[in-house]
Amino acid sequence: MEKLLIAVAILTAIGLLCAVLLVIAGKVMAVPVDETFEKVRACLPGANCGACGYAGCDGYADALAKGKTKDCALCVPGASKVAGEVAGIMGLEAGTVEKKVAFITCRGTCENTSDKFNYDGIHSCAAAELFFAGPGQCTFGCMGFGDCAAVCDQNAICIENGMAHINPALCIGCGKCAKACPNSLIDIIPANVPVYVTCGNREKGAMTRKRCKVGCIGCKKCEKVCESGAITVENNLAKIDYTKCTGCGKCAENCPSGCILKRIG
Amino acid sequence: MFKHMIIILMTSVLVNNYVLNKFLGICPFLGVSKKLKQAAGMSLAVIFVQVMATAATWPIYTFLLVPYNLTYLETIVFILVIAALVQFVEMTLKKFIPGLYKSLGVYLPLITTNCAVLGVCLNNISDGYGFGESLVSALGCGLGFMLAMVLFAGVRGRIESSDVPKAFKGLPITLVAASIVSLSFYGFAGIIDNLFK
Repeated sequence: MEKLLIAVAILTAIGLLCAVLLVIAGKVMAVPVDETFEKVRACLPGANCGACGYAGCDGYADALAKGKTKDCALCVPGASKVAGEVAGIMGLEAGTVEKKVAFITCRGTCENTSDKFNYDGIHSCAAAELFFAGPGQCTFGCMGFGDCAAVCDQNAICIENGMAHINPALCIGCGKCAKACPNSLIDIIPANVPVYVTCGNREKGAMTRKRCKVGCIGCKKCEKVCESGAITVENNLAKIDYTKCTGCGKCAENCPSGCILKRIG
Repeated sequence: MFKHMIIILMTSVLVNNYVLNKFLGICPFLGVSKKLKQAAGMSLAVIFVQVMATAATWPIYTFLLVPYNLTYLETIVFILVIAALVQFVEMTLKKFIPGLYKSLGVYLPLITTNCAVLGVCLNNISDGYGFGESLVSALGCGLGFMLAMVLFAGVRGRIESSDVPKAFKGLPITLVAASIVSLSFYGFAGIIDNLFK
């Protein structure tokens, strides 16, 4: 009986000692946590996408709390809702967040273009790119191995018919896919633009034509029909300046290869 | 004396590697070995906690449990002490060395229930080591853990970029790779006896 009591007593004593030590340590070594940081961090979506330019949501919240930045509208996925909440906590102007989505500047599906050889290596765009700039006819185009889909946390990208497709409803515009694409085919553009150029090929028109049915041949027709002067053709590729674009859609109607598209819906 | 310590250290790093030969601490070995940086961070935390835990548990065993014939309580007492110790270390780091806390912080709570830490403390007792020997053995086990983690992080990097059959993707191929790495460590068996003859 005595043995049992000693065992219980010693175990209890050790436990109590540890508990007391921890309680004292907890009081003595309490580190004050910045309340603003906690509040701001609670508002942010927690996707840690890095679209704000900081290392994750913690980084952005920290920068706001410490006053390193006063811009409350940096969170792209959170859009104006989060900007409003953050501004409320910080007592700053909310500003507006433009909803942005990722957009693939290529339409090189199996029907529109073809492969120049059979690639049987590692199933990754980055790897295929190193091997004669990829298996596709067009060295600028989407290879469809899905490096972008692999980094997308929102499952917004799927590979269909030989190339990547982005679902704008799921896309939060974080830009991870744009960084992952070895051909830099993905642009992060405002979600409400009226027209887009769906080609990234900078070769001369005749070459582009041979490689892909829907490539930009650099004919400058869009440049001529555009009344607001928003389109310029540089390096045989049309480029739209969205600050000037009025959304009339004439470029899309007049593009002979059909690589300028009007937004649907 | 010095030679004796070196033998203990080398044995616990190479021959009796806790992860690869005794199969303790497998969860962090599989869980945190995806990236080299994380693997190194986790290992540093393990080395630190293992030495601290040994320094705390050896005196408790020798001066408290042995005199009262309570050695059968060693497991539960050690768990209690190690858990409290890890908490305490975490708080101390957070207060006084925030830089170290940031790099080790995430891994410290994971180690509370790491069987490698408990295993080292228990094995030191059962091997009959003195206080100094125990500390060296704990340090060696930590270094061995680090060696295994860093090696395996490299192996996993290779697995990531290779074409694994669908049925083996994920955990199965990781376990197969772990077993092969473990087999390779059996090559060290007997090396100590011959090195320090």
